[in-house]
Amino acid sequence: MLDVQNLSMRFGGLLAVDQVSLDVQEHEIVSIIGPNGAGKTTVFNCMSGFYKPTGGKILFEGKEIQGTPDYKISRLGMVRTFQHVRLFNSMTVVENLLVAQHRHLNNNLISGLLKTPNYRTREKKSLDRASYWLERVGLLELANVEAGNLAYGQQRRLEIARCMVTEPKLLMLDEPAAGLNPSETRDLNQLIVSLKEDYNVSVVLIEHDMSLVMDISDRINVINQGRPLASGTPDEIRNNDDVIKAYLGEA
Amino acid sequence: MQDLLYFFQQLINGLTIGSTYALIAIGYTMVYGIIGMINFAHGEIYMIGAYTALIAITGLAALGIAWLPVILIVALVCAMIVSSSMGWAVERVAYRPVRGRHRLIPLISAIGMSIFLQNYVHLAQGSRNIGFPALIEGGFRFGSADSFQTSISYMQITIFITTLVCMTLLSLFISRSRIGRACRAVSQDLGMANLLGIDTNRIISATFIIGAALAAVAGLFLGMYYGSIDPLFGFIAGLKAFTAAVLGGIGSIPGAMLGGLILGVAESMTSGYLSGEYKDVVSFGLLILILLFKPTGLLGKPEVEKI
Repeated sequence: MLDVQNLSMRFGGLLAVDQVSLDVQEHEIVSIIGPNGAGKTTVFNCMSGFYKPTGGKILFEGKEIQGTPDYKISRLGMVRTFQHVRLFNSMTVVENLLVAQHRHLNNNLISGLLKTPNYRTREKKSLDRASYWLERVGLLELANVEAGNLAYGQQRRLEIARCMVTEPKLLMLDEPAAGLNPSETRDLNQLIVSLKEDYNVSVVLIEHDMSLVMDISDRINVINQGRPLASGTPDEIRNNDDVIKAYLGEA
Repeated sequence: MQDLLYFFQQLINGLTIGSTYALIAIGYTMVYGIIGMINFAHGEIYMIGAYTALIAITGLAALGIAWLPVILIVALVCAMIVSSSMGWAVERVAYRPVRGRHRLIPLISAIGMSIFLQNYVHLAQGSRNIGFPALIEGGFRFGSADSFQTSISYMQITIFITTLVCMTLLSLFISRSRIGRACRAVSQDLGMANLLGIDTNRIISATFIIGAALAAVAGLFLGMYYGSIDPLFGFIAGLKAFTAAVLGGIGSIPGAMLGGLILGVAESMTSGYLSGEYKDVVSFGLLILILLFKPTGLLGKPEVEKI
């Protein structure tokens, strides 16, 4: 469903991403790994419309989307998270999920002021969806707490819930396990697999936690210094000499 | 007793003026909250609101309509519509094309808009003062007839109540409605709101429109209250309202309301107990003090540098 072809991104003299290709099929978890500064997040930023790539193509469901503004990309069904949590901290947990469904709701101000039946049903629906996902990530009791007051692991889960209420086809997670303890990481692991299995969402994952990556990925792409280094199944990557060299340095 | 009556008189005058400052200040604070910039054309939008209201009142008088509620409502609605379109246009012309550039650029383009609008009104309406009918006459008086009497005019009551209603509606709108929710999200993290599919351009337009509509309400009332308007009418009121917004904590809507009221009361107390000449000294002195000792304002949150 997602096909990235020879993506390049140049910032002045720095070629941050050089001819990276990757693809994601439906019902698949694909990871991007690589040492710090390899250009993983830059690839994400190009895919999510933050940057306009300087070369290459990005196709989503057969349509070229490189350079499309970010809010349009998310409307196509590709949503992302960031390395650091970016919740609306002074809004409550449930409001965070409601506001994410803004575009699904009727934007008409008049119907909102008059509270027409149509408006009410839509509000009701979005509230139902919000509570469903809160329950799913175990935050239902905290629905009316300000998001900024949640524990870090809870904020991470809320972020994923916020992506899911927008009913994406493709979820892009940028280091979702960063800062989580081992048990939280295990929960996250199960959650991501369940998103794929139960909700038919494809996932692109940037992650440093190798146990997570190896456990749940269907395929892995390795990037080093902006260039593609290897790609394949977890087993192939584990035994790839180039990858071992890049990670451990040459002996 | 007489001292107390005199004090109450100043307090009432202060709250009346202060509530209109608060209405204008909300426009500054909302725009700042969303895009982090000061709308320097806001004072002119308010001034245009006052002119539009006057034109509507004159038009109704020419048609022979004299029933007060109709005049007030028609004037208010006309002023709000024209000011809102101006607010929308200012954003489209002076802010959107230069959004994301250096902060000084929208600042200068907004000052340009302000000069343009001021001079447009100079040309279209003449630069002399125009009398503004008071419309609402009469009031209550307290105290014995042979000494000082506190008077509350019906106009002051109307101004205060309407302002209160506007602020309550705005608070409800921001906290309850879907667009209000989106406004809060955009003001906290515009990039993320964008990514979640919120049309942030629409939300930014909405804040300019709401701010302008409230400024138009203030325009009608202050025109009536002072009894005359001129094209520079927006400058000083804009400056005062800006002071009120900073005083209360720019970016915070309750802060703008509080700041407006404090500023209005401080001014009228100065006029009442010192001299009318000192009221601007006091209000801008307050601004300097606040900036020195509590730069985030009374209800503002400390700005955390976004990474």
